[in-house]
Amino acid sequence: MNTQVVTESKLISEYAPHRSFLYGFLRWEWMIVALILVDVFVNTKLSPFFLDARNLSRTSSDFMEIGLMMLPMVFIIITGNIDLSVASNMGMSASFMGLLHNMGVNIWVAAGAALLLGTLGGMLNGYLISKVKLPALVVTLGTYAFYRGLAYGFLGDQAARGYPEAFTYFGQGKIFGTLIPFSVALFLFLAVIFGLVLHRTTFGRYLYSIGNNENATNYSGIPVAKIKFIIYVVSGFMASLAGLILAARFGSTRPDNGTGLELAVITAAVLGGVDINGGKGTMLGSVLSLLLIGLMRFGMGLLNIQGQVQGIAIGLLLILSILVPSLVRSISSLRRNFNWRSALSAVAFLLIFILFFMFFFWSRAPVIAGV
Amino acid sequence: MTVQNPSAVQSLSNSFSNLLWTLVRFREAGITIFILILVAAVTVRAPSFLTADNFNDILLNISILTIVALAQTMVIITHGIDLSVSSMIGLVAMMVAFVVKQNPEMPVLLAVVLGMALGAVLGSFNGLIITYGNVPPIIATLGTLSIYRGLVFFYSQGTWINSFELPAAFKLLSKGTPLGLPNMVIIALIVAVIVYYFLNHTRTGRDIFAVGSNPDAAQYSGIRKPRIIFLVYLLSGVLSGLAAVLWVSRFESAQTNTALGFELQTVAASVVGGVSISGGVGTVPGVMLGALLLGIIQNSLTLIRISPFWQLAAQGLLILFAVISDKWILSRVEMAKE
Repeated sequence: MNTQVVTESKLISEYAPHRSFLYGFLRWEWMIVALILVDVFVNTKLSPFFLDARNLSRTSSDFMEIGLMMLPMVFIIITGNIDLSVASNMGMSASFMGLLHNMGVNIWVAAGAALLLGTLGGMLNGYLISKVKLPALVVTLGTYAFYRGLAYGFLGDQAARGYPEAFTYFGQGKIFGTLIPFSVALFLFLAVIFGLVLHRTTFGRYLYSIGNNENATNYSGIPVAKIKFIIYVVSGFMASLAGLILAARFGSTRPDNGTGLELAVITAAVLGGVDINGGKGTMLGSVLSLLLIGLMRFGMGLLNIQGQVQGIAIGLLLILSILVPSLVRSISSLRRNFNWRSALSAVAFLLIFILFFMFFFWSRAPVIAGV
Repeated sequence: MTVQNPSAVQSLSNSFSNLLWTLVRFREAGITIFILILVAAVTVRAPSFLTADNFNDILLNISILTIVALAQTMVIITHGIDLSVSSMIGLVAMMVAFVVKQNPEMPVLLAVVLGMALGAVLGSFNGLIITYGNVPPIIATLGTLSIYRGLVFFYSQGTWINSFELPAAFKLLSKGTPLGLPNMVIIALIVAVIVYYFLNHTRTGRDIFAVGSNPDAAQYSGIRKPRIIFLVYLLSGVLSGLAAVLWVSRFESAQTNTALGFELQTVAASVVGGVSISGGVGTVPGVMLGALLLGIIQNSLTLIRISPFWQLAAQGLLILFAVISDKWILSRVEMAKE
């Protein structure tokens, strides 16, 4: 009886949103800050162009589409769900605006219609997940193909271009008199609002509650279905907003804009400490991890490392962020009960991976040398 | 209108619910009916659809998808997911293509074995960090999705392997028809039979279902959960490696973007084929039908002259429709039961 009370209180203190906000801030967010500092230090040593305000300003706007989609994604992942369709929704909205623009519709009307379409896309996701009660992964996998397909349907192999300067300001312009891009200011403003909603409102607390125990939340009278519907609608709206910002930044739209960004969005959220199983995570952590990813990619870009190869570092960081703490735990338990079998298999696997990389380098050498 | 004989209505509704029950118990029946309706509808519009040649084409197109979808199915049954299959295919395809280019005299079978071995290494890395590193599957494979894809670029430095750089015997591996059907289709069928036997008639196969439907109970009943989970990711790597070799042979090239985005197709084939994303449920025939449905949709959209630009949208819509109708039938049955 007594032990049960202890476990329960431990669980509550572990999962309560407010405590975990402080608790997490002491652990994970500082970890990311430290990584950012290391990254800045290393990159400043490696390239004289790294700490250049103009460069930093330009590169920061490259990540704002990911950031805008990440904000609602944090909500969705905290409830234990996922949205794979964000990047497709972004492409669909931008293409729809491009189509209307090509047809001669006023750019602001076209942008408004695109926002509406993106929001409708979010509503379809939300309806199927919260009312029809289909798994989020399955629904958004379907709409991932559907929305991207609509983007291709709208524009075909055409591109839309020639947006007026008043519109491209939203992607390329800077806040008057400063080096801060408009999109960055917009992102920071929205990040504060999303953060306040998550950490300072009952709505935010419900999100954690759904993520920790959806059934219990439902039985305690919280409108779970409605909340899930709302966050998917918000996700759709933000995805189409990101699409508009992207179109404004490029000054053109192609139907394949943003393909694959959904994984970058999820990576940013999860690296920021949001638990993929729901119930844990902070907005600050996710914003910091976006900054970390942005700085890392920018630094590697300055060193002429290809974008895809940069993915190795980001992927490793994502895995290590969860692997290292858990390895530390298992190593300390290993000291207590060491067994030869697992030690041997660890060595065996290490050998296999070393052999793999020896083969990797051996087999590519003659082809790369141009034989 | 008055009900003359309530018991007749009762029995009618009973037989209706019985029918639905049968449908659900054989989950494949639902998707089979869907496929038959689709085939009939397309044949009316485009008679050339229902020809042996065209079906040969469809089978050739879905062989690789079937192989990887079966691997994905085993992973999903344990309540996991393997998003890295596409990158494993890309990396193994590139490495095998490099080796084959350098050693044109190498036996084709050795290339297949090499591909599966390389896939096994990549898959076991996934398995290790998931089981012994306690990294959630979706995170681990999301990470290796970009790591393996990055390694493809690093490995090839952006170069491609083209058709003329590959020996003819290797290219024939997928397309040759010594047994009537293309080799690739036969390989896919063999894989399906093996996976079917493995899942349904071996102890380890049943353990995979046990781990997926109730992890705690499985652990308490003495199943070594980490070992089973490691195994499914290892198998996913092996089958992706096999698929990679077939991919290079069929498309006669290895590019840096080989199989990009393929992971979602494999998940779609599994889910449309009735595999439950929450684990514990899934059948081999179902997944094969799921892959067949995706192949037929793709093929028929071209035949009924839907603009290629709208095809992806139609595919997405049909996937959604298949999933929603499946859910609808299930909930009808639940209602009929009450």
